[in-house]
Amino acid sequence: MSNIIEIRDLHFSYDTESEKPAEVLKGIDLDIAEGEFVAVLGHNGSGKSTLAKHINAILVPTSGKVLVDGIDTADEGRLFELRQRAGMVFQNPDNQIVSSIVEEDVAFGLENLGVPYEEMRQRVDDALRAVNMYEYRLHSPSQLSGGQKQRVAIAGIIAMRPRCIILDEPTAMLDPQGRKEVLAAVHMLNREHGITIILITHYMDEAAQCGRVVVMDKGRVVLDDKPERVFSQVDTLKKIRLDVPQVTELAWELKKAGCDISPEIISEEECVEALVRLLGVRP
Amino acid sequence: MLKDITIGQFFPGNSIIHKLDPRFKIVITLIFIVMLFVGSKFACLAIGALYTFLAIMLSGIPFKMFLKSVKPLLPFLIITALINLFLVGTGDVLWSWKFLKITTGGVNLSVFMLARIVLLIMGSSLLTYTTSPITLTDAIERLLSPLKKLKFPVHELAMMMSIALRFIPTLIEETDKIISAQKARGAEIDSGSFTTRAKNLVSILVPLFVSSFRRADELATAMECRCYNGGDGRTRLRQLKSARRDYVALAVTVFFLAGIIAADKLLPF
Repeated sequence: MSNIIEIRDLHFSYDTESEKPAEVLKGIDLDIAEGEFVAVLGHNGSGKSTLAKHINAILVPTSGKVLVDGIDTADEGRLFELRQRAGMVFQNPDNQIVSSIVEEDVAFGLENLGVPYEEMRQRVDDALRAVNMYEYRLHSPSQLSGGQKQRVAIAGIIAMRPRCIILDEPTAMLDPQGRKEVLAAVHMLNREHGITIILITHYMDEAAQCGRVVVMDKGRVVLDDKPERVFSQVDTLKKIRLDVPQVTELAWELKKAGCDISPEIISEEECVEALVRLLGVRP
Repeated sequence: MLKDITIGQFFPGNSIIHKLDPRFKIVITLIFIVMLFVGSKFACLAIGALYTFLAIMLSGIPFKMFLKSVKPLLPFLIITALINLFLVGTGDVLWSWKFLKITTGGVNLSVFMLARIVLLIMGSSLLTYTTSPITLTDAIERLLSPLKKLKFPVHELAMMMSIALRFIPTLIEETDKIISAQKARGAEIDSGSFTTRAKNLVSILVPLFVSSFRRADELATAMECRCYNGGDGRTRLRQLKSARRDYVALAVTVFFLAGIIAADKLLPF
């Protein structure tokens, strides 16, 4: 499969004019294949949000290159084309909803692109159905819960038919129910519509459900692998102040104590299975 | 507490007045205002009143809501009536005391002006009662769109208005939270003298402004991410379609206007 995102030696500093520019990204190389579901993990200040903002050209590299679907993000002439292909969902659902009516908000991007009415109507309805918000299409966003608002924001992006969606901590402000709804919608989009997903998060359990985890620290990519292999590096993760899922930590501690257990455990089911095998009992 | 505030006092409904194209409603309201001011005889006002009450009945909104709309302007109405009553010196003198006197001309004019202003308020309330603010904004944008040729920022103004409408509930909610937070820290907001309360208001307004700026910044980024590029080449999901009833309503209004002009010319009072 071809790469939808190619990042080559990306450096980025705020205040390049000042004497001591703060370098936030220090040389990042990353390829993301079409259809992948990638989580980007990192502590506050690791540069994960800054990286996300490079993918749809809110920020452009100080040096290096970011290619999205073959488009260079520094190419201002193709900015709208780029943003249509790589949509972005932000943390606060309230601050990204523009209109007082749900369906009009979903249409906002299409209106900007000048999509004709008939097609717009169809795409708005499809997008609302995809995130299970169709029955709320005439509601005001202020009547919705956080999870519902965030799904409306996602609908607004998928109506533009992007090939990739970047979600910047989309569940950080939501309650557990809202988190579940939003993640279910995102996984469905990846599975059924083949949309590439880049999920910026600091929840380990969210990352554990992804196909690939990229861990960032101090502007660099530290780990980049399948979740079970990333989380088995408990030492490295602890060093950069990241937690690992509880079950992984348990397995890791057991292994350290001399038990014969694989540290590549990320789900409760796997953990139960391994413990049963270890203890030689039947559940 | 603050959640109950309704903006623009829109009463959702399904009447023929609700269903009219908002662009026509604005134009009709403008004609209605002309209608009230074009005649100077009581007969003209009677026709204007007939038109107003007919429209109110069709809207299906309780009449007392319209009386409510007049209430805030009552002091202004009383002052206008008194000025007319005492300062117009035409006609027979009915009563006088020192330099004050009341004449038949004064009585006539103050009653006439009072009735005219009350009708004006009721009739224009009908517009905001039956049209949602967002539709109204949309209609204003389209009606003013010819001004774009004169480089007047019509789309930008309408966008600002609709974003303001969108954020009113959000900011009200936020204000509520800030008030609670400041109360928890011991700020007196509901008690104390007027000046202490005014001073304490600062502790609410500052965080509110700071967070609004942050919101504005994030919203601007989100809008850019969705390819917002000003009004050029935009299409709209909300389509305004004029139907037969809009033309009928317009014709009826023009007919009433003609009636008033005729009454003003032909009738003695």
